[in-house]
Amino acid sequence: MQHTTHFALFDEGSKKEIRRAILKAVAIPGYQVPFASREMPIARGWGTGGLQITLSIIGKQDVLKVIDQGADESVNAVNIKKLVNKTTGVETTIETSEATIIQSRHRIPEVSLTEKQIMVLQVPIPEPLRWVEPSEFKTKKLHAEKEYSGAWLQLFEQIMKYGKTATNADHPVLVHDRYVMAPSPIPRFDNQKMHQSEALILLGAGREKKIYAVPPYTDVASLAFEDYPFEVESFDEKHCHHCQATNVFMDELVDQETGETYYQCNDTSYCLARLNEQETLLEVAVEHAR
Amino acid sequence: MAYVAVKGGTEAIEASIQRLQFERIQHQELLDVKTIMATMRGMVDQVMSESSLYSEFLAALAIKQAEGNMEEAVFLLRAHRSTLPRHYYTRVVETETMVVERRISASFKDIPGGQILGASYDYTHRLMDFDLIDESEASMQTWLEQYLVEEVAVSEGTDLTALPKVVDYLRKEKLLAEVSEDQTEPIDVTKRSLQFPTTRGERLQVLTRGQTGAVTSLGYAAIRGYGAVHPTVGELRVGKLPLTIGHPTDPSDDFTNDYYIGEIKVTEVESFVPITVQKDNHREELEFEIGYGICYGQNETKAIAMSILDQSLEFGRQGHPTQDEEFVLLHIDSVESSGFISHLKLPHYVTFQSKLDSMRRIKKESGQ
Repeated sequence: MQHTTHFALFDEGSKKEIRRAILKAVAIPGYQVPFASREMPIARGWGTGGLQITLSIIGKQDVLKVIDQGADESVNAVNIKKLVNKTTGVETTIETSEATIIQSRHRIPEVSLTEKQIMVLQVPIPEPLRWVEPSEFKTKKLHAEKEYSGAWLQLFEQIMKYGKTATNADHPVLVHDRYVMAPSPIPRFDNQKMHQSEALILLGAGREKKIYAVPPYTDVASLAFEDYPFEVESFDEKHCHHCQATNVFMDELVDQETGETYYQCNDTSYCLARLNEQETLLEVAVEHAR
Repeated sequence: MAYVAVKGGTEAIEASIQRLQFERIQHQELLDVKTIMATMRGMVDQVMSESSLYSEFLAALAIKQAEGNMEEAVFLLRAHRSTLPRHYYTRVVETETMVVERRISASFKDIPGGQILGASYDYTHRLMDFDLIDESEASMQTWLEQYLVEEVAVSEGTDLTALPKVVDYLRKEKLLAEVSEDQTEPIDVTKRSLQFPTTRGERLQVLTRGQTGAVTSLGYAAIRGYGAVHPTVGELRVGKLPLTIGHPTDPSDDFTNDYYIGEIKVTEVESFVPITVQKDNHREELEFEIGYGICYGQNETKAIAMSILDQSLEFGRQGHPTQDEEFVLLHIDSVESSGFISHLKLPHYVTFQSKLDSMRRIKKESGQ
C-alpha cells in the first residue's frame, strides 16, 4: 500500500481553514477562535496546536526554531522539528535571530524578536477563566460581556489568603484593553515580552481546538491591582554558571556532590550564543561530550 | 553536570526509537497483519470504532505497529485519518436495510422476525480454554467443514435483510412521543469544533468515537446513581450496512445513479427509557424516550452505554455530571485524554520554577 505525504503534512484545504482561523485571531486580538483541530502524528497535549499553526503557515523559504521549556534539544522540541523538517524540508536552526518561525512550549526567547519573525506558542488550557468556571458555554458568554470579575476575584482571594498574588506561569493578561487571555504557561517573567512585541504572536491549543493571537505592537497588560503590582519571578543576585548572564530566566540546579544550588540560563541557545561570543564554546562542548 | 549538550536530545531520541523496535521484534516472532485481521476481531473493531475510520486492514496494521496497545493503535489511525482528503458524504443509511447477524430485544420476548443470537460471548462460561494452546490446523478444518454443513441446513428460510424494528411496535401503540423527521444536514465534528450547546448529531458523533472504557464507565454511572436512567434494551442489532454515495457530478437526488461503495459492520442499540410527561389537562402520563447508540464493529457494551448517554444528554436536566454535555463530550476521547495525561511526562522545568518562586515568596512574606 503506497502512501505519500503532502508538503507540511496537511492537505491544502486543511491549511486554508487553519489560516482563516489565524486571520480572524489576528483581527480580534486575544479572542479565542475555534477551529477544527486535526489529530496529529504527535500526541494531543504535546504541542499539536502550535504544530498545526506552524504547518499551515510555513513556506519553503522559512527557517524554523523549536523550543521546549527553553531548550532546543529537549525531546519534544527535537521531535517537532524532525516532523516539520521531514514533511517540508525546511531548514531548522537553534539561533533565535536566524529563525522566521519560532515554535515554543512555555518560553519566549531572551533575545528580542523582530517584525520578520512569528512566535508560535503551544497552549494546554486556552481559557483564562477555566479555573473559575468549568463550562465552556459560560466562559464564552463571560468574554462576550467582558465580565472578568472571576479573574480579578481569583487574584483578590490569593491576596487575602497569602498576602500577595500567588500565580505561577500562565498569569492572565488583558489584550488591547478588551480580552483577558491566557498567555500560555510562560513564566510571569515572559509576560512583559508580549507587550508591544514587534513579532506576531500566535497561540494554538490543539486539544481544546482554539487559536488566538497577539498582533505586533499590541498592548498586553498582566492583570494586577494598583496596590499589589504584578511581580515576575526573581533571580536577583543570581547568575548563569556557564555564561554569567543576569536578568534572564534561569533553571535551578543542584550540584550532586556539594549539594549546592546553582543556576543556568533556561534559554539554552541564548546561553550558547553568549558562550560563543566569549569564545569558550569549544571547551564547553568538549566538557559536555564526556 | 546537568547541562543539555547540543546534540544530546536528538541522539537520545534515536536510541529510544531503536529500543522500541527491538522490544517489538526481540523474540523473533512475527505477527501477520492478515492474522490480526482474521483473529483479533474484538481489537480491530474497537480500534476502528475509537478511530472513526472503517478499515480492518489499517486497524490491524496499527495494532501490529502498536504491539496491541489500544490507545496507541487508535492514535496512529486517527493521525493517519487526518491526512486523508474527504471527498464525499454517503447517503443517509436506513438501518432497516441492515443484513442482520445478531439481533436481540430485552423488552419483548416475541419480536417480529424473532430473536437472533448470532455470535456472542454472552452465553459462554468464562473458563479458560486450555485446548487452544495446542489448536491445530487440521482440527480447525474439520470443525469448520462440519459447522458449515449444519449451519446452512438450519439458517435457510429467514430473510435477514428486512427485519422490522422493535421500536415501530411501540410507535404504533403511541407509547413513544411523536417526533417529526429532522432532515437538517448534520454538522461534521471533525470539520467544525464542538460549540455548546451542541446538536444531537454532534453528540452522537462524539459518543460513537469515544473511548470504549470511558463511554462504558460514564454510561454505568448514569444507571447506577449519577443520572437516574433506567433503560431497557429495546433492540440490539449487529450486522452490515450498505453504503452509497451520490453521483459526483449529478447534483439531483436521483438515487438510481448512486454508487455502492461497500459495507460496514455496526452495532446498533435502541434503549427505551420511561419518563413522566405533563399533558394539557395537567395530568401526568408515562411515555418512553429512546436512547440511541451505534458504533463500528461488534462493540455491544459501548453501543448500549452510548444509548444511555445519548438519552442522558438529550433529556436529563437534574444536574448529574452524566447529563452535562461538556463533562461527557469533552472527556471521552481516547486521543485527547491519553494525550493530555501523557504530556505530564514532558519537562515542566520552567512552569515548576515559576511555581517554586511563588511559594518561596509567600513563605518569606509570612516569615517562615
